[in-house]
Amino acid sequence: MSKAYLLLENGEVFAGEGFGAPGGRVGELVFTTGMTGCAESLTDPSYAGQLLCFTFPQLGNYGIARPDMENCRVWPLAVIAREYCPEPSNFRSELSVDEFLRENGVPGLAGVDTRRITQLIREHGVMNAAVTPSEPTAELLERVRAYRVAGRVAAASVSAPVRMERPGAAFSVALMDYGYKKSIAESLLELGCSVTVYPHDTGAAEVLAAGHDGVMLSNGPGDPADNVYEISQIAAMMGKIPVFGICLGHQMMALAQGARTVKMKFGHRGANQPAKDLKTGRVYVTSQNHGYAVDVDSVGAAGAQLRFVNVNDGSCEGLDYPELGAFSLQFHPEAHGGPLDSRGMFGRFISMMGGEGNA
Amino acid sequence: MPKDSSIKKVLVIGSGPIVIGQAAEFDYAGTQACRSLMAEGVETVLVNSNPATIMTDAGMAGSVYIEPLCARTVERIIEQEKPDSLLAGLGGQTGLNIAMELHRSGFLERYGVRLIGTNIDAILKCEDRQLFKDAMEAIGQPTIPSRTAETVPAALAAARTIGYPVIVRPAFTLGGSGGGVAHSEQELKTVAAAGIEASPIGQILVEKYIFGWKEIEFEVMRDAAGSAVTVCSMENMDPVGIHTGDSIVVAPALTLADREYQMLRSAALDIISAMGIAGGCNCQFALDPESFDYAVIEVNPRVSRSSALASKATGYPIAKVSAKIALGYTLDEIKNEVTGETFACFEPALDYVVVKLPKWPFDKFAGASRDLGPQMKATGEVMAIAPTFEAALMKAVRGAEIKLDTLNRPYTGRTPLARRLRNMDDLRLFTLFEALKAGYTVEELHALTRIDEWFLRKLRGMAELELSLAEGLTEEKIALARRFGYTTAAIERLSGEKCPESLPSYKMVDTCAAEFDARTPYFYSVPAGQHCDARERVTHGRESVLVLGSGPIRIGQGIEFDYSSVHCVRTLRDMGYDVAIVNNNPETVSTDYDTASRLYFEPLCPEDVMGVIAVERPVGVVVAFGGQTAISLADFLVSRGVKILGTSAEGIDLAEDREKFDALLGRLGMERPKAAAAHTMDEALAAAEELGCPVLLRPSYVIGGQNMVIAHDAEDVRRYMSVILSGGNDNPVLIDKYMPGTELEVDVISDGERVLIPGIMEHIERAGVHSGDSIAVYPPVDLGEEMTELICSSSRRLALALGTRGLVNIQYLIYEGRLCVIEVNPRASRTVPYLSKVTGVPMVDIATRVMMGETIESLGWPDGLWKAPPLCAVKVPVFSFGKVPDANSLLGPEMKSTGEVLGVGADLTEALFKGFSAAGYDFVSAEGAKRRGVLLSVENRSLGEIGTLVRRLDAEGLHLYATPDTAAAVRALGCYAFDIGQAMNSASVGALLERADIGLVIYTGALHDDTMGDYIGLHREAVRRGIPCLTSLDTALAAAGVMSRHLSLDTVSLWKI
Repeated sequence: MSKAYLLLENGEVFAGEGFGAPGGRVGELVFTTGMTGCAESLTDPSYAGQLLCFTFPQLGNYGIARPDMENCRVWPLAVIAREYCPEPSNFRSELSVDEFLRENGVPGLAGVDTRRITQLIREHGVMNAAVTPSEPTAELLERVRAYRVAGRVAAASVSAPVRMERPGAAFSVALMDYGYKKSIAESLLELGCSVTVYPHDTGAAEVLAAGHDGVMLSNGPGDPADNVYEISQIAAMMGKIPVFGICLGHQMMALAQGARTVKMKFGHRGANQPAKDLKTGRVYVTSQNHGYAVDVDSVGAAGAQLRFVNVNDGSCEGLDYPELGAFSLQFHPEAHGGPLDSRGMFGRFISMMGGEGNA
Repeated sequence: MPKDSSIKKVLVIGSGPIVIGQAAEFDYAGTQACRSLMAEGVETVLVNSNPATIMTDAGMAGSVYIEPLCARTVERIIEQEKPDSLLAGLGGQTGLNIAMELHRSGFLERYGVRLIGTNIDAILKCEDRQLFKDAMEAIGQPTIPSRTAETVPAALAAARTIGYPVIVRPAFTLGGSGGGVAHSEQELKTVAAAGIEASPIGQILVEKYIFGWKEIEFEVMRDAAGSAVTVCSMENMDPVGIHTGDSIVVAPALTLADREYQMLRSAALDIISAMGIAGGCNCQFALDPESFDYAVIEVNPRVSRSSALASKATGYPIAKVSAKIALGYTLDEIKNEVTGETFACFEPALDYVVVKLPKWPFDKFAGASRDLGPQMKATGEVMAIAPTFEAALMKAVRGAEIKLDTLNRPYTGRTPLARRLRNMDDLRLFTLFEALKAGYTVEELHALTRIDEWFLRKLRGMAELELSLAEGLTEEKIALARRFGYTTAAIERLSGEKCPESLPSYKMVDTCAAEFDARTPYFYSVPAGQHCDARERVTHGRESVLVLGSGPIRIGQGIEFDYSSVHCVRTLRDMGYDVAIVNNNPETVSTDYDTASRLYFEPLCPEDVMGVIAVERPVGVVVAFGGQTAISLADFLVSRGVKILGTSAEGIDLAEDREKFDALLGRLGMERPKAAAAHTMDEALAAAEELGCPVLLRPSYVIGGQNMVIAHDAEDVRRYMSVILSGGNDNPVLIDKYMPGTELEVDVISDGERVLIPGIMEHIERAGVHSGDSIAVYPPVDLGEEMTELICSSSRRLALALGTRGLVNIQYLIYEGRLCVIEVNPRASRTVPYLSKVTGVPMVDIATRVMMGETIESLGWPDGLWKAPPLCAVKVPVFSFGKVPDANSLLGPEMKSTGEVLGVGADLTEALFKGFSAAGYDFVSAEGAKRRGVLLSVENRSLGEIGTLVRRLDAEGLHLYATPDTAAAVRALGCYAFDIGQAMNSASVGALLERADIGLVIYTGALHDDTMGDYIGLHREAVRRGIPCLTSLDTALAAAGVMSRHLSLDTVSLWKI
């Protein structure tokens, strides 16, 4: 087993063993508290530009089953785990997490105190860091400090429209790809929609002209405010067609209507975040992966109604735009990984498009 | 939703005595619930029959009744207290049954009492197999498909719809005899025919055979607004087939991918929602490891053993949250006290692995089958937390008090490994490890056991490590061994080399995987070199004291010791100390995260405790309240320079070392039964000859009287010695003169100068029956003034001579007018909670303060015997033989009871009546016995004693059935007994019990192997029919005395603490 290190922006170093692909990576260090969903997390484009630390100490016990992948590749730049399982046991397992990371050219670091790393992120906020196979140097620390997540939406998005047909589909949905998770498309397909995935920078006019029944704004990586063009196009679509945004899509909708987004100290990443529906009083346990949030105080001016809040910290988890026939969620109703509790939210989108979904 | 303000006064029903399947977890749950209710300003009334519980402490509720958990008693309490609500979901099946009975009879409605926290409809659906199946079907949840059939063609048709393989279960045969598995039509023809033949009603159940499916549990919570969360998932290492209480369980589930996990999680939430449960619920699933097929096996709509485990595994207080939901709160209104920042709707995220290992009573039930199956047999469990499965498993094993600190269990029998691997028994873990070391492959073992290969590979990794350790130590190997949880001692033993000691770090259990800065001081150890959450938090601002708990609940060391540990912690905290506790029992109040200032969930083993001491740097360690588990660590701790608080290690040794203790008694001029030690058969026979039979044989260090027997003649001595010697015991066997006199017991508190004797207890059963299995009466009924004086003065002298600082328990024997000392335990005993409650003397509180240097005088307590209040109390033992039906239930020097109940009355008879009623002996009801037959079989040497007993039973109009010699003796007394001839030792004993309408069995003396088999057979049949068996003439006489008084639960006094 080769030695490898994690160097944090504050200079702290954790020594462990390397696994996965050889090499080093610099990125933004985040942690997820989900206890399952290894393949799903590793292939979530929202992790683009980040080093992902799993707080659950056993990574990949059940291996990787390719149908669980949310995208065709691994997105975190590197993976940090306490222990990974070289010989997985599950009837669907096709390869181990180690092999999977190798295949994707992504290095891993194991045998480190992941709880401590999590505490440091919690205390200092998200930090840049590096995974490196050699003793960290001052030069590397400089690179770490200089790192910024940028241009990731473009990297994660398709470059040309992709059409996903469903025989007898009742609705046609445009899925704006800012780094979408496959499960979003699948959720729509299951509910009788055909889906056209559009590149992130597709103009509003083109989408509106295609005769879709609704527009779905996907999740994706990075700071929502960086996506100036996309936000302007969203603004141009809202009110003209039912729009449903998830995660980054939700944040950009808010920005499009004049609300603000803020960078959170260390975000919400995991499968246990409680989001309360202020209309019904019901709390949903949700899957989340975000480092930015819509500023609750700014939503009123944007003509939005605060519909969901995080029970723990009161942050914005979902907005309704009753005037515009649009709504958005910070959490992931499509799950994978994480709880399926809020899957009914897609039904609301269906009913907005004129179908019989549950509001 | 805010609190429901119409709930003003709530009655809480506890779970009664500790029995297999219902242990300390309900004290933990009940205590949490009562505290929540009180904190919400709700007036609380509590009823429970078990005095050894924290929940029955004065102050846990507005009114605390220690009364039999019978519907009538609860009705009377409701009549008296007029509560507006009844909370029954926290008292296990016992509490639930009573609530259901009162609901069904319309009593609750008549008295305007609302059932809160429990959904009647849901309970009914979960308890009835067919209703359950229908309910699951209605919400689209699969159950294990099955169909009944009365003919072979019908069985074949059923199997065609269900799909092979199927298992055939004949109806109404106990233990499933006559059933079998069929993989094809051909096989089913044979199996079905045999099954139909075996069933008395000619009916079989053809059920889908799910051998090897994974068993997965989810603990879920839901509020009245419909929000629902899962607290924890658990995976049984053993596939379906072994009761989850008897399975090695991990949390969270470790081998499920997100798809499987979320599928079952959603199913659990759908179930709790569809059933409309507001509160906690446990859902058990079987999952096909080769597909997404699953089946709902069981749903428990209440707190349970699993919910206690889930609470401790995650830090999420299920019972507390359930109680608040019962009061009307919603999950998003209930703060998570662990983090202080999150709410009860936040699902715990774990960043460690939890392993639960059951604690079985087979050491107490020599000869009973160790096979595990659908009937739970474990009395308790240990839990362990670590970053790796291996380390958690190792901690669990060494904390289980099975004399192991690795998975290497020496096997001394003759059964070949290949055969043993087929046994589903309590030793399977160790057999698997033995097999891996012997070269079996993971695949082979998986094929045999269907245990997931992930677990087997982990075991294989440990086996490989052990083999490599034997080839010499390296730093890497030591690091790996530590990651796998091996102690320094184990590494040294396995390698034969010195290994440097290493102090562990500690991580926190915080419900959130470090996402929030939690407040709860709840820790587990990890290897050195990692950040230590505990060291970061221990400020040493105040002096700290370390209290050692008592480990898993087992026969001989039950919940009583947790009671004492908890009280000790509370007193120390009241005194201003920072108190840390070490314990590994997830069922208990002591391991609730806010009992002590800091909780270390760790094994009570030398290195583990030293690790905690290195962090805490306590002024001293308390070993006196954690039973034998804690006290046995005293010597080791002293050798490491740790201060033992209370009675010194020398004092402990003086009491426990027989030679030193004999010398002490000699100096004090006190008597004890004459004794000798023997290493060999010849020495034993010579000693028995010299002392004169009967003699008591026992190995030197004992717990609960393990392996003790009474030998009435040389033949007995020969037989038992061969058994004891075959156990490979190097220590001498102690042989005492057995004196069948009256046994007495005192718990004494001394500060070194003064001696407070809270009370003297007298046993109904004569010496020879273990004190834990005896009915203990307080105050003694016929103890003269002079003898009382003598007992007090002897106790005083003994307590002072041992240098007691705190509690000491002394057992006496009065034989032919002389007082003998049998045993001295320099620690809190089993009777402390009982005596504390009936005397009103807070014994642990006083003892703790005395340990810390206060004096009995300064605390305002008198010297000498505490004046008994005007009542009579009895502690009646409760047994769990229904769960281990092939165990020998004869009372003797070996303890067999699992729990106890309290009966308090104006006089002995009333107290006994209530005690017997609480223990479930239904022959003492007011109407007289429902079943009129009494089966009597008394060993010949005791036939001279049965006069009073027989006349009392006869006077009650009961019909006596007796074995030939006993029948003759009964007739000689002028009464009548049917002579049952040889029926006792025939297969038809069950039919006899039916035919003769037997309601009580009195059977003594089957200590010989040839008659023991008969008795076990009889007892098994009796237990099946709910017929009590008494095996001591003393108990029988007391019971007969109660029967002749014709008392009724309608009229006896109610006792409130």
